[in-house]
Amino acid sequence: MNLSLLVLLPVCTFLVLLLLQARFARQVALTGAVLQLLVCGYLLWQYLAVRDLGNTAPMLFETDQVWYAPLQIHYHTGVDGIAVAMILLTALIVLTGILVSWTIDKWQKEFFLLLLLLSAGAYGFFISLDLFTMFFFLEVAVIPKFLLIGIWGSGRKEYSAMKLALMLMAGSALVFVGLLGLYFGAGSFDMMTIAKTTLSQTSQSYIFIFLFSGFGIFAAMFPFHTWVPDGHASAPTAASMFLAGISMKLGGYGCLRVAVFLLPQAAHQYAWAIILLAAIAIIYGAFATMMQTDLKYINAYSSVSHCGFVLLGIGMLTETSVNGAVLQMISHGLMTALFFAAIGMIYSRTHTRMVASLGGLLKAMPFISTVFVIAGLCSLGLPGLSGFVAEMTVFMGAWQNPDTWYRVATVLACASIVVTAVYILRAAGKTIMGPLPENYAGLPDATWNEKTAAVLLVAAIVLMGVAPFLVTQLVHPGVENMMRQVDKLVTLN
Amino acid sequence: MLTDTFLLFRQEIMLALLLFFLVLYKLGRARPAAHLLPIMNWLLLLNLVVGLLFYDWQGVLFNGMYRTGELIVLEKNILNLAVWLISMQAYGWLRQHRHAAEVYLLLLTSLLGMFLMLSSGHMLILYVGLEMATIPLAAAVNFALSSKRSSEAAMKMIVSSAFASALLLLGISFLYGITGSLWLAEIPGMLHATPVVLFTFLLVFSGFAFKVSAVPFHLWTADVYEGAPVAVTAYLSVVSKAAMVFVLVTLLYSVFAPLEKTSHAVLVVLSLLTIITGNLFALRQQNIKRFLAFSSIAQIGFILVGISGYSQTANASVIFFLLVYVFSNLAAFGVVGWISTQTGKETIADYANLYRHNKTLSWILAIAVFSLAGVPPTAGFFGKFFLLTAGASKGDYLFISVAALNMVVSFYYYLRIIKAIFMEPGETGIAALSLPFWPQLSLWICTGGMLASGLLGVIYQYIYSISPSH
Repeated sequence: MNLSLLVLLPVCTFLVLLLLQARFARQVALTGAVLQLLVCGYLLWQYLAVRDLGNTAPMLFETDQVWYAPLQIHYHTGVDGIAVAMILLTALIVLTGILVSWTIDKWQKEFFLLLLLLSAGAYGFFISLDLFTMFFFLEVAVIPKFLLIGIWGSGRKEYSAMKLALMLMAGSALVFVGLLGLYFGAGSFDMMTIAKTTLSQTSQSYIFIFLFSGFGIFAAMFPFHTWVPDGHASAPTAASMFLAGISMKLGGYGCLRVAVFLLPQAAHQYAWAIILLAAIAIIYGAFATMMQTDLKYINAYSSVSHCGFVLLGIGMLTETSVNGAVLQMISHGLMTALFFAAIGMIYSRTHTRMVASLGGLLKAMPFISTVFVIAGLCSLGLPGLSGFVAEMTVFMGAWQNPDTWYRVATVLACASIVVTAVYILRAAGKTIMGPLPENYAGLPDATWNEKTAAVLLVAAIVLMGVAPFLVTQLVHPGVENMMRQVDKLVTLN
Repeated sequence: MLTDTFLLFRQEIMLALLLFFLVLYKLGRARPAAHLLPIMNWLLLLNLVVGLLFYDWQGVLFNGMYRTGELIVLEKNILNLAVWLISMQAYGWLRQHRHAAEVYLLLLTSLLGMFLMLSSGHMLILYVGLEMATIPLAAAVNFALSSKRSSEAAMKMIVSSAFASALLLLGISFLYGITGSLWLAEIPGMLHATPVVLFTFLLVFSGFAFKVSAVPFHLWTADVYEGAPVAVTAYLSVVSKAAMVFVLVTLLYSVFAPLEKTSHAVLVVLSLLTIITGNLFALRQQNIKRFLAFSSIAQIGFILVGISGYSQTANASVIFFLLVYVFSNLAAFGVVGWISTQTGKETIADYANLYRHNKTLSWILAIAVFSLAGVPPTAGFFGKFFLLTAGASKGDYLFISVAALNMVVSFYYYLRIIKAIFMEPGETGIAALSLPFWPQLSLWICTGGMLASGLLGVIYQYIYSISPSH
């Protein structure tokens, strides 16, 4: 199938929305998102069908068109299992994000336009095999976030929006310098070509720092995670879901696909630093969450902690751990989106997100409360939900790395799960259980759109938790290909 | 033969005819009739079309004093396009103005000077063209007749450009002393990197650095931009700057080619200084015209980064960036100018909540700002990317990292404008403004240009194919 369809569909929806009157905005956006999900489902089906036929090419559905010939810039697209999984995740989160923003009252049309632009950037990023195209789409996805947070956000929204935009732009600037290094080192922007060239150890180690820290900012790598709490807390619900579910994945995917895949020797060289920073993020994030009193901040800091697992998995550089990192990206995307959706639903009814002033919500809104608890349980890694599968795989993969210090880091990271249980259970207990404050007594439960969104996300989480092989089957060949490349180049030298 | 002369010289002839028309029109009229402005817009469109015809003709005239080729024609067409866009945007200002014909006379004379400068094969023509391009502009800056600041700006401009011209002239006479020739084609063969040649280079370079307002020769820019009428400011910051950069590239890449090593070092230092200074000053501006002035200083810094690449890519990227810059900056100036002539509001704080009543204007200004900042999918992203790629081809990554991180600083102040338009709760906002046909057309062309010229690879490819190789 033609992958450009994945970008063209949001762009077309964008154009239709632009031309139509504002009162049709949400219907058009929803139709676009549903179609997009169907197209992504079709992509999955096609992908599996081709793989079943025994096609082991690293990338499928490749198209290659010259865009800027003098600079060897191509519009080169293709997907492997990792990309397909990310695309499905994006489609699901876009759809649910649109559903939970159904009743947004300010500038509805503009809101959905920006959401669509952001999603087009994300799809484009995941299908790109050319670094220029990839960078282009990465930046397309940044500015809508600034506007979404700054216009529709709450609290210190302008400050948070500016902080997020500047930090992500700084990340792109670092990525940009790294890309130029790759371009002049290998003479091409094409990832598959660069993967075949071996750059010298020195240039690899310079370029890697730029690329990994650049994408690391997107993936909330410690100490560049500071945009996450403010950004998430100030953003409107859908934007929070997009930030956690899509934007942070752009970073993780970039770290893996660009930094590690193209610069394997440097990845081995700096593995200790990645693991150190990841372990700090995991533990620091968990303890920082314990201190939070605002539900959104709780989820944002726990995101820092959970995204640490992604980087930990990448840093360990074993096949299982990288597999786990990808699973964790997907699981974290789904679970955080669900969590933010639930928080958004609670906030829109009670107008507060402070744990202290909430309580007994299970009596007033059983559906929302249940969703909230499911998201929490997934976050603390309850078996049967996706979080357990992902974290377990990361730990198993990490343990395979025989280095003693790495194992120490793994043990410490494991220990953070206890802290996670503490803050999740405390927050859930305080909000859901106990006496219901009087002024919350008559609050309505979820509406149809919120229910649909929540059910979709819960279904995905449970499916992944109960039948993890469905996802592993998809992701594993991609990871295997990538790790074969990484190991081959490393043993060569 | 005669046809050849006419065809090669057609852009200048066309402009001269326009100037004659304006002089004759003005004779015996105290103030222009209302139809002058539409007529001028149509004539300038005709001027642009004339330039686009026979675009691939090349040759020399007047014993080599005048030369033209595909690239030079393209550069002139970019300038023609910019002047046409500015003329349409100036509609709101000029329709009230008693001396609209004179404004056109001055601006077009200056444009003719730029054309001669671009086509010069001899230092004499270059210098005459340069002066012809600058002096009428100083007069045009003064055309907000009731404003004291406008006169002050004109005075500042004339004094500082006279100083720059003097430096340049001194450099040219040194060149003549060293090489015994003023022909641009002959000079490079006789230049060697001796101290006196380097000094000469610095003199000539400083002269141009003044004109493009690179640091440390930028001090005149902000005051002149603020004092001048918006249309003239737009002309100064887009047309005049683009022309000077075109000539600077030609000089550096051909005449001073033997000094590549020195000029590269000078460009690296000056470009970073220019970007950083422009950025730091732009951070604190409240007046939007001053803000655009300082941001355009930073943009010149990025252009110098591109020039420092010394390759075909660098040459093409600079020209491509300037084309994009024409669209982006004129879109910004178009909106700012319209708001300023209709409401008199010129500070960033006045733009608070602009979106409430002026949705189209807000989006156009936002796209322009994003394009200036270099955010995709606008063409500004491609422009900046290519400039920095060209600059990085020498392998100096520290240099490029500093430039790239400065882009982040520039995001801060560009986003300030976006923040004002969309996020700040202005009590009333600016009331809904209606746009007449001409400014509207101009803004739509700019918007189309900003969106299309980046996404379509062919434009860059064409520019690349006609750029000289190195």
